[in-house]
Amino acid sequence: MKRILLVVAFIALYASHQDFWYWRTAYPLVFGFVPIGLFYQACFTVAASLLMWLLVKFAWPGHLESEIENDRKHEEDRSR
Amino acid sequence: MIPAIVVFLYLAVVLYIGIFAFRRAKGKEKAEDYFLASRSLGPFVFLFSLFGTNMTAFAILGSSGHAFSNGIVTFGLMASSSALVIPLTIFLIGTRVWALGKKHGFMTPVQMFRDRWECGHIGTVIFLVQAVLLVPYIIIGIMGGGTTLNAISGGLVPYWFGGAIVAMVVMSYVFFGGMRGTAWVNTFQTVLFLLFGALALIVIGVGMGGFKSATQSMLASPAFSALLTRERISPLYFFSYTFIPLSAIAFPHILIFCLTARKMGQFKKTVIFYPLCIMAIWLPCVFLGVMANRVSDVPEIRAKQEARRVLATQGKAMTPEARDDLREKAAGDDVIMLLLKRYAPFWLAGLLGAGIMAAVMASDSQILALSTMFTEDVFAFYGGKRRFGESVQVQTGRIFIVLITMFAYAVALRAPETIFELAIQYAFSGYAALSPLLVAALFWRGSTKWGALASTIWVIVAVVAVALFQHAVPAPAPGPPTLIWSLGGTEVLSRTPGGTAVFGFMPVVPMVLVSALLMFVVSLFTRKPKPETLERYFAISKPAPDSVRLDRVA
Repeated sequence: MKRILLVVAFIALYASHQDFWYWRTAYPLVFGFVPIGLFYQACFTVAASLLMWLLVKFAWPGHLESEIENDRKHEEDRSR
Repeated sequence: MIPAIVVFLYLAVVLYIGIFAFRRAKGKEKAEDYFLASRSLGPFVFLFSLFGTNMTAFAILGSSGHAFSNGIVTFGLMASSSALVIPLTIFLIGTRVWALGKKHGFMTPVQMFRDRWECGHIGTVIFLVQAVLLVPYIIIGIMGGGTTLNAISGGLVPYWFGGAIVAMVVMSYVFFGGMRGTAWVNTFQTVLFLLFGALALIVIGVGMGGFKSATQSMLASPAFSALLTRERISPLYFFSYTFIPLSAIAFPHILIFCLTARKMGQFKKTVIFYPLCIMAIWLPCVFLGVMANRVSDVPEIRAKQEARRVLATQGKAMTPEARDDLREKAAGDDVIMLLLKRYAPFWLAGLLGAGIMAAVMASDSQILALSTMFTEDVFAFYGGKRRFGESVQVQTGRIFIVLITMFAYAVALRAPETIFELAIQYAFSGYAALSPLLVAALFWRGSTKWGALASTIWVIVAVVAVALFQHAVPAPAPGPPTLIWSLGGTEVLSRTPGGTAVFGFMPVVPMVLVSALLMFVVSLFTRKPKPETLERYFAISKPAPDSVRLDRVA
């Protein structure tokens, strides 16, 4: 279930990159000088970082490293 | 002259870090130590060196130049799409390649492909394509070094000498320091340009009298207000750009860097902080590039704006050559340098110039990657390592580094820069179209060497076809594209001012999709690798049953 939610979150974020709603306007100006289109894409970048944090927390492929550790242990045992 | 002295000091520090600071004294050299730093990089160095490796001169000079001409859309096109796609590919592909490299001893992507698909010469074809697409980056890095040193010294350091100095410095620390030296230099450089991007924003912002008035005056000008929106770029073109970051994980130097982590846990910080690092570099560069349009007291910037205006108003009546000439005059790759010269004090301009040099010199890891690929995929594969030993293999790698740097410098002196800028455009699309090979090798048991060969040949054909097409049909003036082929009222192929459009998309979209389709269809009808080979790959790719997991064993 977690993985499905993460896939959905990725698709939603990928789709939201195409922010056609701010396409032809610079307003509102955030902090008085940042056009909204640029501010939105900067927020998108922060959201991408948050999504990566969720992926690391809930879908980390730890088994890849465990397998290597297992192999290393087996080899050490064998050499003893 | 003071900024040039600061930059020379910076080059000396880089040389020291690369050659001496992290060199380990030992007897016989091991290939794994020289080319992969014994797979021992810690989290901090791994994050910053991997990020720095991917941030070429384009990130600072190119992004601000693109923003100068095209506006804020540059950030959405190149930075935010990369912030999502690149860390995701590192998470999905980089971690698996790291694990397989650790388990089976791979040092290059081609070694993995050869083993995974039980092939030899097809791997050599993939090596050749990867190498040919990588060379333009090395050449443009040396060209960027020559141009930047020339600009920072106010013309005192000639282009040929500046290029030679940068080539010598990069070659020396790659030659002596190998991957360890390169990684530490990249880390130092990344920290430098992360700090100086923010500093440049503040200094130039204060110099311009604050960004609020600059933005307001741009919005009030009909010529510049569109640069603060995205109305000049089509949504399909914007969407196409999300395919370009797929190239990052297919770059051999990025994939080889993924093999250098000590533990897989090192990837965690990298994938989380990668988007934030992108924002820290690109946001100031893009914003300053756009704001440069408001600067009216720098003659060089006014000349660029004038060239852009003439191109837009009279471009249709001009010859293709005259249009190309004006495009070159209007290009804004040096606007950050011009802003620094105008607004930063001398000493700070030197420090910021050093930051820019840091980005320009990112060709180090590409040189090292080519050397690693040559010694592993050609020298070792065709029996050199077996006959002459590992120490000779490392020396061969070093000789290759000298030869490739000399070749790149010789070409950089003779060829016009625009040719290699174009080549890099094609190379981005080419590497993006090679990414299905990695996905198929790691996630699909049914993929075969013939599918990989079909995809690779498609990449060669498509890159050459786009290059020939753009050579044969000159770029039109700014405005609507030149329609070349339509079918039932639908635009199939057009020549745009910036390149080529296929069904309104950039060529990278059909290139990636057809590459993936060829991999799928050809693999369906060709012989699969042996079950024992597949087992070695797909046992590691899925979670093991609880009974054999390490935590249970412990």
